[in-house]
Amino acid sequence: MKTFGGPVLFLERSDINTDEIIPAKYLTEITKEDLKPYILEDLKLPGFDPNGPKTRNARVIVSRANFGCGSSREHAPWVFEVNGITAVIAESFARIFRQNMFNCGMAAIELPKEDLDLIFSHANDNDFAMSIDIEGQTLTMAGGGKQKSFSFEISQFDKALVLAGGWVDYADQKY
Amino acid sequence: MGKTTAEKIFETHLVNEPFPGTKVLRLDVVLCHEITTPIAIDDLIRRGKDRVFDPTKIKAVIDHVTPSKDTKTATQAKILRDWAHRHAIKDFFDIGANGVCHALFPERGFIRPGYTVIMGDSHTCTHGAFGAFAAGIGTTDLEVGILKGVCAFRQPKSIKFNVTGSLPKGVYAKDVILHIIGQIGVNGATDRVMEFHGPVISAMTMESRMTLCNMAIEAGGTSGICMPDMTTVEYLWPFIQGDFASKEAALADYSQWCADVDAEYEQVIEINASAIEPTVTFGYKPDQVKTIGEIAGEPVDQVYVGSCTNGRLEDLRIAAQILKGKKIAPTVRGILSPATPKVYQDAMKEGLIEIFMEAGFCVTNPTCGACLGMSNGVLAEGEVCASTTNRNFMGRMGKGGMVHLMSPATAAATAIEGKIADPRKYL
Repeated sequence: MKTFGGPVLFLERSDINTDEIIPAKYLTEITKEDLKPYILEDLKLPGFDPNGPKTRNARVIVSRANFGCGSSREHAPWVFEVNGITAVIAESFARIFRQNMFNCGMAAIELPKEDLDLIFSHANDNDFAMSIDIEGQTLTMAGGGKQKSFSFEISQFDKALVLAGGWVDYADQKY
Repeated sequence: MGKTTAEKIFETHLVNEPFPGTKVLRLDVVLCHEITTPIAIDDLIRRGKDRVFDPTKIKAVIDHVTPSKDTKTATQAKILRDWAHRHAIKDFFDIGANGVCHALFPERGFIRPGYTVIMGDSHTCTHGAFGAFAAGIGTTDLEVGILKGVCAFRQPKSIKFNVTGSLPKGVYAKDVILHIIGQIGVNGATDRVMEFHGPVISAMTMESRMTLCNMAIEAGGTSGICMPDMTTVEYLWPFIQGDFASKEAALADYSQWCADVDAEYEQVIEINASAIEPTVTFGYKPDQVKTIGEIAGEPVDQVYVGSCTNGRLEDLRIAAQILKGKKIAPTVRGILSPATPKVYQDAMKEGLIEIFMEAGFCVTNPTCGACLGMSNGVLAEGEVCASTTNRNFMGRMGKGGMVHLMSPATAAATAIEGKIADPRKYL
């Protein structure tokens, strides 16, 4: 099972799409590792630098509604994975992106807007980090000497995929 | 209580429900292309599971970058080609026979009412035009589909779109779906099936229904679905005439997949087609739409006619009707990519290709082409394309480029004027 948690990259916008996460021209790469330099290359947000330390150090992404809309490319979760980001927390996800994350043994966690507003209020804290307990269905944020936890919903199937590390071996045994 | 089409398909294809709310379905067709499949193939080999569940139910095509443009894309094509040959996948379409997956596979009769269809491509929702449940999925789900012939889904709720009235002159399926997406938003149908009903849909050709269902994903929809009817039967007849005594018998069989009149929907949305105008996107999201009157006059550098949305014969006919005897503006580059070899050949026989070329269009081979900026037709920074494709995301057709989505008619009028133009004055 992957570990979840660490420094957070805040992406303050809804509808961040898979072309922004990894442009189509890089879908010719044969290995996941080759995708690494191109993370979020086409995303334009105030103050956001795809090559900056906040992106490079992040282990968790926090964003808004409909994250990962657009293409079915699993290259989107993969480019996060090879950059050490194994969890995305958002108000909602596009269906294919969400399932791709769980199928890869990673986490796509939905939180209500009020909780996200609170988390976003820490976007400029230097030591801010989040940890994610999949089995306990709990997120914990820590920064500025304070700590707060949130509970979240996850389907039993998605939880099983995360704990099993993905869908392929599971499916081959069962079907 | 009655059932929606998706509910009927889920019920008849259910393998099991391993956890509450998760349904594993048996698949009727698994479609593959050279961008998302090679990594699945490599992973299967690495796991010692280089097998396919049923080579007759797997269809594969090289379409995104073809002919290959460099070593990497040639390698992707080779991995798919070698795999298809190794597993005796007969329905594999290589150079000379290849075309855009969501135009080619229906054209070959592979999609039937009541089918479950997956592909590692978000626009797989197109195939719901035949009364199928067709969903785009990622590479891992594709890998499992190839290996075991199953896929896990959450049971989607359905939204019914009742499209009444009639399509005004210059308004097509593309305008209808852009109008709908503009109304419900880019996540207005997330985890939902978009079921299309009403006299306007009944009167549509299969090509138009495919255009409509193609863009369900742009509203987040899992699948678009149209009710199978005599239009569906007529389209499929060359492929199914051995299976049924008559077209009426085929219709009677396929009608089992139509939603029941007392089916329950999460929402019913009424659309008055008579009030829809030619519709064009203006921003970087497909729900940012304007009517032609609000956006006409915006200059463009390139006009692209093609793709799984609007690269079929009907689309070429509509554009050619407007282009006939005219020249495109000298400031515009016109590019046509017929979606399949058959579309290309039929368009040649009808003289459509000549009309495009006389007008000043470049005609490429069948491919996904400019739509996603992977091979040809890429924009330079700051350039604008009027396009019959389905996505206007930032950078989609090239870094710093801008795409306006529109119908083939509006694209043709725009090509003539060099700025976004109302097609109705040319009809």
